[in-house]
Amino acid sequence: MKLDVNGRVQDVEADPATPLLYVLRDNLGLNAAKFGCGLGQCGACVVMADGEAIYSCITPISVLEKRKIKTVEGLGTVEKPGPMQRAFIEAQAAQCGYCIPGMMMRAQALLEKTPNASEAEIRSALQPQLCRCGTHTRILHAVVRAGELMRGKS
Amino acid sequence: MNRVFRDVCGCTHKASFTRFSKIRSRSTLLAIGAAAFLWSCASHESVAQVDSPKSFPRAQIAKGQELAHIGNCMGCHTVEGGKPYAGGTPLKTPFGTIHGTNITPDPETGIGRWSLEAFTRAMREGVDREGRNLFPAFPYDHFTKATDEDIAALYAFVMTREPVNQKNLGNSVPLPRATVSVWKSRYLQRGALTPDATKTPEWNRGAYLVEGLGHCGACHTPRNTLGAEKKDEAFSGGEVEGWHAPALNSSSPSPIPWTVEAMQTYLKHGVADLHAQTAGPMVGVVHDLSQVSDGDVRAIATYIVSLDTRSAEQRKRASDAALERARAALAQKGNAVYDGACADCHNRGRGQEGGALELPLGTALTVPTPRNLAHIIRDGIVPHEGERTGWMPAFAGALTDEQLTDLLTYLRALSGQPAWPDVAGEVRKISKGP
Repeated sequence: MKLDVNGRVQDVEADPATPLLYVLRDNLGLNAAKFGCGLGQCGACVVMADGEAIYSCITPISVLEKRKIKTVEGLGTVEKPGPMQRAFIEAQAAQCGYCIPGMMMRAQALLEKTPNASEAEIRSALQPQLCRCGTHTRILHAVVRAGELMRGKS
Repeated sequence: MNRVFRDVCGCTHKASFTRFSKIRSRSTLLAIGAAAFLWSCASHESVAQVDSPKSFPRAQIAKGQELAHIGNCMGCHTVEGGKPYAGGTPLKTPFGTIHGTNITPDPETGIGRWSLEAFTRAMREGVDREGRNLFPAFPYDHFTKATDEDIAALYAFVMTREPVNQKNLGNSVPLPRATVSVWKSRYLQRGALTPDATKTPEWNRGAYLVEGLGHCGACHTPRNTLGAEKKDEAFSGGEVEGWHAPALNSSSPSPIPWTVEAMQTYLKHGVADLHAQTAGPMVGVVHDLSQVSDGDVRAIATYIVSLDTRSAEQRKRASDAALERARAALAQKGNAVYDGACADCHNRGRGQEGGALELPLGTALTVPTPRNLAHIIRDGIVPHEGERTGWMPAFAGALTDEQLTDLLTYLRALSGQPAWPDVAGEVRKISKGP
């Protein structure tokens, strides 16, 4: 079947019941999304589908045909990071970094829908994303900063 | 004898058959009779040419137009992309290809020199102005039932069309036209339809239109080897132009038996909610009926639906069963969603590590609304902070509204309960939020 990931439509040979996470990592070589719990509990695997944050570990590719999937790789590159990535670098929000791709993608989904999201809204939106290292405060700063960058504030 | 033959043929023959009346041998009689009959019928008199009247009362023309739509005259008398009523449409029959003729008032190639008398004879007897038999592909076995008034209105309508000089294409039927007389003697039943006093005026109006100008049976009734409608199998389905015209009587293959309302909508708009859309030759029929008054379309629908004589209870049973089959088929779409998103945990069952409740045991599947299940699937079951409880991930965003609808429909079918009404509507409401 065909999957539209980061604007590129690609042929994927996999069982339709395969979770998107496995296809991203094993078939398409996109390793940003992480396997955490495999149960949609920790948020490490979160990516976007049609602008919504989804757990890629529990979402079968069968429901994703003709939908737009976005991963951290779609936010920017090492040479040219996007606003969300720049903000996380500026805020030095990562400790071990395992939860960061999921954090960024859920935050991205929030800011695409609510560009002026308040700090309270950001806290509430990121509630399902777990971080074992305890960098929540920096992550929160990073997302607030990402919002500013997206709104054109340097 | 003379009278008998006149009755079956219906036209005023000059030949007398009385001299055969003393012959006793039945087969000889028949042979001679048939020969004489063929000869006599093959030589209908021609009706005098006229300069047709060019003007008719406006109301009469309008009425004729409506009747022409009911009869779908264009179906045969207008070729796709061609001038209206100028003919040329090929009609493939088992006997050869017959082309619809030019019925515009062009004096040379059309019927411009036909008097009302000639027109009426063609409609009722299947004989053209010059006196030649018309092949019964022109359904005069139906049109013969039309009233004088209606035939005159049709005449007024066709005679006021734009004349088109376009030669007729003829036909490839290898039989001489004289043979059509034999056909007529057996299959052309003249005379008006007797109204059924036990039925409503609407039903009787429908019967008149369907059996007469509408000639629905021409396609929906099977034909015998001589190309005549099998009257004892009326409306049990026929073949036309490579299409099957479905039965309209009790053997109707429609999964959901028709109602008058559904039939009226279908005939007027070409589609009814719980039925197929028009296709093939029926498209043209509906195109024409869309321009007919609601009253007449309803009358046609009333009569056609009455052909299905199954009891209300039988019809309801058939309808329920069909709806159930449709729901079950629809549920299969949700099966694919289930396999990918739910099966991993829910097929394991509670007893297993990481397993969840087998869903046929779920209460949310059995309550009267899909709302609970929709909330659970979208938002998951997430414990409040600091609490220990069962847990299920949220599928909001992962499933589109349509996929969620399919999944809910499938899960409901698993529960063995009758389908929820309007699952899609409930999902839409929940998506929009409170």
